[in-house]
Amino acid sequence: MKPTDISDPNYFHKVVDCQWACPAHTPVPEYIRLIAEKRYTDAYMINWVSNVFPGILGRTCDRPCEPACRRGRIEEEPVAICRLKRVAADYKSDIKGRLPLVPSKKNGKHIALIGAGPASLTVARDLLPLGYEITLFERDDVSGGAMRTQIPRFRLPAEVLEEELNYILDMGINCRFGEEITSMKAVLAEGYDAVFVGTGAPLGKSLNLPGREEAAENIHTGIEWLASVAFEHVTAVGKKVIVLGGGNTAMDCCRTSKRLGGEDVTVVVRSGFDEMKASPWEIEDAINEDIPILNFHVPKRYVLEDGKLVGMEFEKVKKEFDENDRRLLVPTGEDPVIILCDDVLCAIGQENSFPWIERDIDLEFDQWELPTIDKTTFQATNKKVFFGGDAALGPDNIITAVAHGHDAAVSIHLACNDLDVKKRPNPLTCLDSQKMGIHQWSYDNDISNDVRYAVPHAEKEKTLNDLNIEVELGFDESLAFHETMRCLNCDIQTVFTDKLCIECDACVDICPTDCISFITNGKEDDLRVRMLAPAANIEQAIYVSDKLLTGRIMAKNEDLCLHCGLCAERCPTSAWDMGKYLFNTAKAADACPN
Amino acid sequence: MSYISKPKFMHPEMSTNDLGLTRRDYEGTLTTLCGGCGHDSISAAIIQAASGMSLEPHRVAKISGIGCSSKIPSYFLSKSHGFNSVHGRMPSVATGANIANKNLHYVGISGDGDSASIGLGQFCHIVRRRINMLYIVANNGTYGLTKGQLSATADLGSTTKSGEESQFDNIDMATLAIELGASFVARSFSGDKEQLIPLLQAGLTHKGFAFIDIVSPCVTFNNTDASAHGYKNTWENYIALSALDFVPMRKEITTSYAAGKEKEITLHDGSVIHLHKTNGNYDPYDKENALHHINQHKKQGKIATGLLYINQSTSDLHELQDTVDKPFNSLNSHDLCPGNEALSDINNTFR
Repeated sequence: MKPTDISDPNYFHKVVDCQWACPAHTPVPEYIRLIAEKRYTDAYMINWVSNVFPGILGRTCDRPCEPACRRGRIEEEPVAICRLKRVAADYKSDIKGRLPLVPSKKNGKHIALIGAGPASLTVARDLLPLGYEITLFERDDVSGGAMRTQIPRFRLPAEVLEEELNYILDMGINCRFGEEITSMKAVLAEGYDAVFVGTGAPLGKSLNLPGREEAAENIHTGIEWLASVAFEHVTAVGKKVIVLGGGNTAMDCCRTSKRLGGEDVTVVVRSGFDEMKASPWEIEDAINEDIPILNFHVPKRYVLEDGKLVGMEFEKVKKEFDENDRRLLVPTGEDPVIILCDDVLCAIGQENSFPWIERDIDLEFDQWELPTIDKTTFQATNKKVFFGGDAALGPDNIITAVAHGHDAAVSIHLACNDLDVKKRPNPLTCLDSQKMGIHQWSYDNDISNDVRYAVPHAEKEKTLNDLNIEVELGFDESLAFHETMRCLNCDIQTVFTDKLCIECDACVDICPTDCISFITNGKEDDLRVRMLAPAANIEQAIYVSDKLLTGRIMAKNEDLCLHCGLCAERCPTSAWDMGKYLFNTAKAADACPN
Repeated sequence: MSYISKPKFMHPEMSTNDLGLTRRDYEGTLTTLCGGCGHDSISAAIIQAASGMSLEPHRVAKISGIGCSSKIPSYFLSKSHGFNSVHGRMPSVATGANIANKNLHYVGISGDGDSASIGLGQFCHIVRRRINMLYIVANNGTYGLTKGQLSATADLGSTTKSGEESQFDNIDMATLAIELGASFVARSFSGDKEQLIPLLQAGLTHKGFAFIDIVSPCVTFNNTDASAHGYKNTWENYIALSALDFVPMRKEITTSYAAGKEKEITLHDGSVIHLHKTNGNYDPYDKENALHHINQHKKQGKIATGLLYINQSTSDLHELQDTVDKPFNSLNSHDLCPGNEALSDINNTFR
């Protein structure tokens, strides 16, 4: 193998598994260390810069960082990254003085944002300090988009939502709320320099089975029903409720039903329990609220009595695989199952819908009715139009919408300066030695052996009776501290200087996870098996040095490194050093040279 | 020294040996030696050797004298017996322990100061008495603990870090051991675990006095270009007389080498040492040949390493003295005081 090029900004970034996995690339270990030091406000601001809604995401994020967390590979459970983010939000002091200043003299460019969800608000947050004038259109009377309408208040309290929305709205946006856009042509005719579409995936799917029309009054689509609950248009539900679907919306629907008078709430999924799309922790929360989840039940018809919905009929199926290893659901032949109900909530998916965008304005759509956009720049075929969030690539999550927002803001800023939107600004990186003394580092390398701490919950008796009581209480400061100590500091990199190495084996001997080998060079596949401990996880790189005195090379498996720094502590020549690698994606403010 | 202890986490696919133990179970406390000290690599090699051959930790006794080298028993096999004794007197303590309990594996750890200077007399006599043990000298050619004076194994002409030149010829511990009657003599280098680990395993299995002289650089006081015991010089000048594998008893032999180029040495318990790719078909059974090779290489500034000499036909102290079969701690009062009849039988032999 060729020596590893650590000057590639992505090399060490990839070692920071959590940050790499985060769509917005939030510097996770950096803010976790700040939480350990009780520097909550600093930790919050790192998050705010990167993911815009730390308090909201600290409660509701899909947390792609956690399955990626290295801790999950060396013991059972990842660090509770998401809940630590919430700690930063819960314990911070006033941050208003730290928010970017918005110039009173504008730059003369005017941007329209359609839909006041996370993607649009991120664009606004990134562009306002650069002097842009922003007009924000929103169909509802309030901002927040899916964060407000699809996430129930017992998971995300209103004051947390309002606080973080207001940081952006207060920066000076021309809000046109309660105004539904019905024509893109008309928007473009207003002469904006760019139009950003962040309208989400607003169309909930319904299940069209026999009886659907007659029972329409008691059959609801999940996201619309949740939105009606959020706006208090719906305040009650029948005693017996069936929720169809196995995603996070289904979990929110069933738990909300429990709080609106549902006594027998049942979730029914077509396929297996292990195939459910909902996040494991959301399924767990539903189960904790005594909501049964039936799997392998395929809905067949709505059962009516005197023209009124009284239940649903299901066919029991089992999982089989055909010759192409495709999963099939085959009827078991058992009698159909009838579950009685007063209401059915269909949470079986949502779709994009752009009836308001004309098809003759040079704005192409693909066969799935999604706009044709560049996945890096988020620019549509009409160069003035940009998409982000669910509206861009179909239903995903808040943090993805934020990441799109950042990228679209960069594109808009480039486009407004007549620069090529495809020439993306480099990330901002910094690699600095953390050495303080012979065996002292500026980070705490004595990691905790504790298993993951559970977040305390409010009493079920209370929360199930009030839609607005938050279920999760969040970590207190002590629990949070102990959880931070589980973080392996994957951003503190092992940096190797081959010219200094005397091949004494000190690093090899001390490494707790046998990451380091001094061996003869070879092809990557060959090196991976010949190393002291095989490096089987090809997702993770091997760090390879140039040829050493004996003709061998140093090869380090990045997969299981604990970043404990013992290699560097034992190294007599400082050939190993621990360097903090800070990586920040470039935002709009970093995009243009001037 | 490091302020933290070594994290407990290990490679999730860390293998276990026949006893169900991982290599980490054979570790000791975190070293307090200088980072890069060869002695730490020796500790690591002992850990790997012992776990690899499924040695029961509680059947091992570690005995050492004084010096940097003699600290290392703390850093491996924390579940074993240990005795950190007096400077140069490890052989006496090892002899006593071995006489009291012949059923343990004895590992003596010493350095060039401990064995070639203050304890040279003790060293000579333990070799001569053929104690069944593995005696390791971690040889760095310097008194590291007292900040870098020349030791008795420093080569003629080599200098200390402060520039003082050695005016005397060195004591070659391997040659000395061969001449005094050691039945297993090897030399190795702390940096070459591929060679060192099978040597340690063979030495631990060998019945009789096994001696390994390990070049173990003192990274702080004797790692200059002018030092024969530094990393650079050793990497450049050490010559393996034979490459070897150790196959513990009951283990299937999985590696194969071209026929005819291999010597097989079967140890008393059925374990096998494979010598292969030998340098000039080196014969480790020939004492004169061994001494000749060591000296020839030394003249050229080279360090001859590997299994230098082995003799499996000598008897150990217990056999020579016809001692009691059982360890002392398992003798009961009847064994120790067999009664009047036995006494009169003994007395009768003097009449």
